[in-house]
This record gives sequence, C-alpha cells and structure tokens, in this order.
Amino acid sequence: MAVTSPAAAELSDDSAPSGGPGGLGRFIGFRLLSGLGTLLFVLLFNFFLFRLLPGDPAARYRAVKNISAQDLARIRDELNAPVMEQFWAYVRDPLALQGISAWKGQPVWDLVGGRAWPTLVLLGTSTLLATLIGIRVGIRAGWRRGGSFDKVSTGVTLLFYATPEFWLGLLLILTFSSGIGPFPSLFPSGGVIDSGIAPLSMAGVVSIAEHTVLPAVALAVVYLAEYSLIMRASIVDELSQEYLTTARAKGLMDHVVRRRHAVPNASLPTITLIFLNIGFIIGGAITVETVFSYPGLGLLTFEAITEQDFVLMQALFLVFTVSVIVCNILADVAVAVLDPRIRT
Amino acid sequence: MSTEPPSVMLSSRAAARARRGAALRRFARSYAAHRSGMAGLVILGLFALIALLAPVLFPADMLDITKTVQNETLEPPSGEFWLGTDEGGRSILAVLAWAARASLTVGVAASAISMVLGTLVGIGSGHYRGLLGSLLQRLTDWFLVIPFIPLVVVLAAVLGQRGLGTIVLVLGVTSWPGTARLVRAQTLSVEGRPYLERAKALGGSDWHQMVRHVLPNVMPLVLANTTLTVALVILSETTLAFLGLGDPYLDSWGTMLDKANGAGAASTGAWWYLLPPGICVILVVLAFTLIGRALESVLDPRLGRD
Amino acid sequence: MSVLELRDVHLTYRTAAGPVPAVRGVDLTVDAGQVVGLAGESGCGKSSLISTVLRLQPKSATVAGQVLVGGKDVQTLSWSALRAVRWGEAAVVFQGALHSLNPIQRIGAQLVEPILVHDREATPRTAGARVGELLSQVGLPARYADQYPHQLSGGQKQRVMIALALTCDPQVLLADEPTTALDVMVQAQVLELLTGVAAERGMGVLIISHDLSVLATTCHKVAVMYAGRVVEEGPAREVFEHPRHPYVRALARAFPTIGDTTSRYAPAGLPGDPPFPDHLPSGCPFHPRCPEAVAQCPSVDVRLWPAGPGRAAACVHVDGAEVHGAGLR
Repeated sequence: MAVTSPAAAELSDDSAPSGGPGGLGRFIGFRLLSGLGTLLFVLLFNFFLFRLLPGDPAARYRAVKNISAQDLARIRDELNAPVMEQFWAYVRDPLALQGISAWKGQPVWDLVGGRAWPTLVLLGTSTLLATLIGIRVGIRAGWRRGGSFDKVSTGVTLLFYATPEFWLGLLLILTFSSGIGPFPSLFPSGGVIDSGIAPLSMAGVVSIAEHTVLPAVALAVVYLAEYSLIMRASIVDELSQEYLTTARAKGLMDHVVRRRHAVPNASLPTITLIFLNIGFIIGGAITVETVFSYPGLGLLTFEAITEQDFVLMQALFLVFTVSVIVCNILADVAVAVLDPRIRT
Repeated sequence: MSTEPPSVMLSSRAAARARRGAALRRFARSYAAHRSGMAGLVILGLFALIALLAPVLFPADMLDITKTVQNETLEPPSGEFWLGTDEGGRSILAVLAWAARASLTVGVAASAISMVLGTLVGIGSGHYRGLLGSLLQRLTDWFLVIPFIPLVVVLAAVLGQRGLGTIVLVLGVTSWPGTARLVRAQTLSVEGRPYLERAKALGGSDWHQMVRHVLPNVMPLVLANTTLTVALVILSETTLAFLGLGDPYLDSWGTMLDKANGAGAASTGAWWYLLPPGICVILVVLAFTLIGRALESVLDPRLGRD
Repeated sequence: MSVLELRDVHLTYRTAAGPVPAVRGVDLTVDAGQVVGLAGESGCGKSSLISTVLRLQPKSATVAGQVLVGGKDVQTLSWSALRAVRWGEAAVVFQGALHSLNPIQRIGAQLVEPILVHDREATPRTAGARVGELLSQVGLPARYADQYPHQLSGGQKQRVMIALALTCDPQVLLADEPTTALDVMVQAQVLELLTGVAAERGMGVLIISHDLSVLATTCHKVAVMYAGRVVEEGPAREVFEHPRHPYVRALARAFPTIGDTTSRYAPAGLPGDPPFPDHLPSGCPFHPRCPEAVAQCPSVDVRLWPAGPGRAAACVHVDGAEVHGAGLR
C-alpha cells in the first residue's frame, strides 16, 4: 500500500532533469573555443620568443650545404625585414609551412613528420605503464592510509619523483645494454629499429619493442611516481565522504566499496591532474630520446638546439604546445563525460 | 590559553611581536612532528654544509684541468680518489662538492625570482577585479598550458648567452605560474573575509590592503610552494645542463652528467661518474620536496599526509 | 519483542589528547512496530550511539556493552554475519542526505545494490522492479531511478534515503536527524512516511532529532540524552508536556507549540553550552547550567530513577531517589 498524499505527489513531480545530451555538446563547444583562444596566445608568444635571437639570423643559413641560392636570398630578405613586416608574414603563415631547416636544408615539417611516430610509440608505452602501475599503487596506498604499504610506497614514490629520467636512462644503458657488469647486453642502446627491417612487419614490431623497452621504463618510472601520488591524494580525499559510510552500511565488502564507489569518484580529479601534467612527460621525452638516440621529436629538438636551427625549434615548440592544449581539452571533455554533475 | 602576565602593559608593536614569536614556536613544534620534514631538513643541511665547505675541503685547483692532467682519467674509485676521476683527471668527489654550490645557488636564486613574480601576479589577479585582474589571470592560465621543459629549453637556446645568470633568469621567469595560481586562490579567500571589508570601508587603499593584509596571510603558503619550486628548478637545471644549455665553465651536477655522457660513461661502464651526481640530485630534490610537503601539511592540516 | 536493544553501551574515542567518552552507559529498547525517539543537542552522543548499531564506529573508538539487533550482539559478530545484518536486519537513514548518496551513480543503481547483495535470488530485473515499487511507496515517480542525486531536491533525496533503507526489509530502521534542513511541509511528510512504514511493516523505528516537539508527536516513547547518558525517558507526549528533568524542561520550552498561548510566555533557552565530552563536570553533568541545582548535585552519581509509570529521569529531585533497586531496566 503506497503512502501518498496529494502534497507528496505535487512535490515529487517537480524538476525535470536539466541539460542532457545538448549540455555535453555545448560544453565541448565552449571548451574548444577557449582552447582556440589559448592557441592564439601561444602563436603570438611563439613569434616573440623567436625574435629574441641574437646576432645575424641569416648567417646561420650560410653553413647549410644543400640549400639553393634563391632560397637563401629569400630567407635573408625575410629575416632582415622590419619587425612589423615579419609579423604580418608570420600571421599569414603562423605554422611556417614553408619553413626551411637551417641545418638540414629540408622543409621543417617534413622533418617533423618523419620523426613523429617513434615519439608517439615511446610516450604511449610509457604513459600506459606509468598509469597502470601508478594508479594501482596510489589506490592501495591511499585506501589504507598510514599502513605499511602506504609508508613504503610513498617513500619509494617520492624517491622516484626526484629522479632525473635521463639519468635513469643512462643507468639502464649501463646495466642492461653495455654488456659490462652483471647483465649481458640485453637491449640495444640506440635507435628505434634495426636497419633494414620494415616497421610494420612482425620482425619490425619486435625490433621496435626491443628498442623501446629501456627508454619507456626510464620515463615510466618517474611518471608512475607522480600518478601514484596524485591518485593517493584523491583517494584520501574521498575517504571522509559520507556516501562511503552508506555503502558500508549496506553490507558491501570493503574492496567493493573501494572499487565501485571510492575509485570512480577519486578518478575524476586524478584524470584532470594527470592530463595537466602531460607537459612534463613531453619534456622528459626530449632528454630520454637524446640519451637513447631514439629518433623521435625529442632527439630532433636536441639536434635543433645543438645546431642552433631556430626554424625547426619553432615548429617543434609549436607541436609540443599544441599537444598540451589538445590534451587539456581532452581532459576536460573526459571529465565532463564521466561526471554527470557537469553534463546534466 | 595565553600565558602572558595580564598586568604587564605592552605596546601594540611589542604585543604583536610577542604574538608572532609564540606563533612561530607553535609552527616549529608542529613541523618537528613530521618525521619526513625533519629528514628533509637534515639532508638539506648536510648538502648546504658541503656546499659551503667545498673550497676548504677541496682547494680550487683540484678543479683546474691544466693541473690535473697528470692524473689517470676515468679511473674507478681508489684510495687516493674516493669516487674516481673524470675525463680531465679531476677527483669526482671534489667536482661533486663544488657542483653542490652551483646547483643549490641556481635552485634558490631562480626560485626567489619565481616567488616574487608569482606573488605579484597572483595578488594582482586576485585583488583587481576588472580588466587588469582578468588579464593577469588569463596570462597565468596561458602560461600554465605551455609545456615547461620545452619552454625552458627553447628560451635558453634562444638567449644564446650561456651563463649562470641566463639559467637563473630562464628558470625564474618560467616557474612563476604555479605560484601565481596558488596565490590568486589565497588572495580571493583572504579578501573574502569580513575584516578586510572593514579595512576597505575604513578607506584602506589598494596598496595598503594588498601589502598589509593579503601578503602576510599568503606568505606561509607561498614559502611552502616555493620550497617545492626549488625542487623542480634543480631538476630542470640538471636537465638544461645535460642538454648542453648550461654554463660550460660552471660545474653543476647536470654538467657532470653531460660530460660523463660525452665521455661515453654509460657504454664503458664508468658507474662512479654516473651514479654520484644523480644520487646527489635525487637527495637534494627529495629533501626540498619533503620539506615543502611538511610545510604544506602544517599550514593546511586537511591535506592528511604522513 | 524487541528488535533493537542497547544494554549499557559505552563508546570512547581515542584521540591524540586522550580518550574521549562520547557515550557513557546507555540502555535503550525498540520493539517491533514501535516508534522511539532519541532527543538531544549536538555533542550529546546520539550520533555516536547510532554508529554502534551497525558497527560503523571509527576504528579508533572502543565500544563496551551489548548492541543487540534481533537478539544478536552486533559488536561481536563475525565479519560475514555483520554484513548480513547490515541493511538486512537494521538500516540507517543517514543525516545529511546531500552527501550520503554516491554523486556519480544513478539512484536506481544505488537502490538495486543492496538488494543484489542480500537477496540471493534477486536478478537485476526483479531488483529493478522492486526499486520502482519502493520509489512509489515513498512518493517518488519510478522514473527517478534514472536520475542522479544532484538533480533531486533535498526532500526528494531524503525520501530516496528512506527508500534505500527499506530495500532489504529490515526489522529496525534508524533515522538520524531525518528532518533537519528540510522545509516544514516536507518535514511533516517525511515523518508521516516513517511512522506509516513502521505500522505497516511492523518495523521498529528509532528517530534521532534535536527537535523534541517533532518527536513528541510522532513517537510512542522518547529518551533524551545529555553528555553521553539518557537523562529522561518515557511516553513521548508525557515527557514533552510534563518533563521531570530540568534539562528536558528547558529543551521542551525551546520548541514552543504554535497555537499554545502558555508557551508564548515561557522563557526559552538556557545559559551556557553542553559540556565537551572530555571535560565533564563532576556528579550530574548538567548541574553548572541547572536552574534547580542543589548542594549535592556536583557529588551525586545520578542514574535513571523511576519517576512514574513507565517514566524515568536522572535527577535528584525525582522521587525515585528514595526507592532502592526498583530501577527501570
């Protein structure tokens, strides 16, 4: 027999759900717009950053061997034009699609394009490793806060967090690659694939994997520490929430309360923070690729610095920055999709 | 509960000083309760001591390659050279100690710059509500998006002039956004408090409000945050030096690693050259991180650490 | 036949500053079909007491005495037996429904969860149907199962909490401040719901509230707590209208009845604050604020003495001080 009264029925019929699928779409739209604003700022910043060059910029190009005379003349004209003219030229072609690398003499974007996939492989692998391990460690440490696992893992984590990833890479080469000391030469120490093998073949995949293990581990160890600390903090924040008491009172087992209630809620701020720190893992890729001579965008950046190739540097800087902007947008969208309080 | 004798008449400034003294003692006691924070202080103290005593323990010509050229290069640890020698025949232990000076100096100097910049921008963006405030806030948010190491690397490369000053400037000028965002949030919270409304109603100028009210409230958290910034700066300086963007005439732990790599330490197994600088970086960065986290815990007990 | 029985329950928190006794010897009984009220201000220990019923007290707290749900001592049950009792035999409608529901899970899923845990034969479909029934029993349309907590108003969330508590047909329902932070109209409906459910299902209901007047109209019997102990108990109406303990007298006057002219003129409020559990006065804990305190109050160990048929009060002024051994246990 239902307990209802006219007043109850009235009160219970208000508030149709707000938002819905339209709400999510609008959110994404706004987010993209603000991302565009950030992009514009970055392009502006990019321009000014590279105009701080000391000395005669055109002089750098004289050293390049395979650059044609017309290209050289064109570049000299461009670089010696007054600042305002340079600015308008930049605005018309901010991505410098025609830019020629002063070092290699090739179009900059060809170089960048060719070197993108190894970096993606490296970052993808290390992020996966770091996320899988780091998140689990963080959950376990935070759930039984103050316990022995927590104390040990937090100590180890802080230690890894303080480690320069390229130094770890050097140690890994020393131990597993050079053939000196306890371990035989298990992994190669340079390149991404043995020469002559097609990347997409079975042998190619194995070779790439072999070459990627050590650099990925070097990167993953440091970022796993960071993810673990972030996840632990998020779980600790959730521990004091009242809905967990309700969940326990229902007679659920402890690991069910953790898995089904605490972790999903704790994951929301964690995702945001992890994406916000993507910029650092990109920076780590620069040094790790250098140490391992891993032919990706990171190594290219190092080469651009060494060769003082500013056009190339500009393009790379843009790639990195845009990646971070895109990741931030993805982070916000992911949270919006997962958190019903935002999309409805 | 106050333990001051009620019958003593103190001037207002003396009373304020007494209050601050008591607050400081309370703070020190809370901090001492964090074992990790104390461990951090001990480690830092050790390194600071080494950095200060380096010229005494290892005379400067131990670093002069022209004088050490007669030594064996890249020798493993021995009775004479406890950590072996580098590619110039210098005692690695000596270089390590001197490098502590460079790394710590850069860390503290750059963080000081970042602290000042970050606090200025943070208070400004929190206090001024109109165009200036939102402009400063936008600036902070945009800068936060730019990836740190690429920015630092490009800036160092572009400025050309390799030197200690450049490094400090580059790192100081790129590390402020984190502090600024924190300070802005604190400023907003402090300015929301009722006593500031009273100060405003009594005719307090912008400057007066920001300096006399917001700043003292914000400083403790800023100091905690800056400690963590030092950790990041030292790691970044090591990275910059390793990539060849450091000061070539200055020995820092990063330049040691760069030279080690250049001398092929990894492939020839010269672990005595690779391990010590890295371990030093880890210990110092860990120390600052532990201290910073302990400070944050003391200032905001809700953070639930340790 | 009692569904909930608390026998000399003590709860002490272990803190950095030493042990803090929040509950200092409470006896309480709730029978099937009975609505019992537990009144008291913040800090009197009532929420701590409730946490013992499902062994939800923090690990740092020690509990003494017996907490019997359906005759079984919850504090000494094995872990799996405890989980069966939780929700299956006793359920709690938590205070502050705003944060007692998982914010990113749909209402329906949260209601289905305990059904699937406790009923071996339930399937997601049968559980879903039951959820629909429960929602309509608390006056909410079944389609609200697809909503998220933030889409509901305070009153609706409270009803969801009640529906949630009823999912496994418990023998005992504890409602911790079910009407706080609700509008008056909604308060009345929530109370109606609770009492209706008790009558229909033969459930024992324990309502905790600081509002004595609310308890007076909805409960059969009421107990008032102060400083970790029960200071008066008896039939609800009587305790409210003719309190025997000075504290309860002041408490009752603090909630004037609308329309009752005498309560308009009666003084409301008491000076001072309830004592902190770690700083209890000697003897009767109420004596520092008591308008009727006498010389012996700081030294007498007050207990609940009989104060009439089915009544008891812990005050030296109660006649029962002369009666030996004929306590109200």
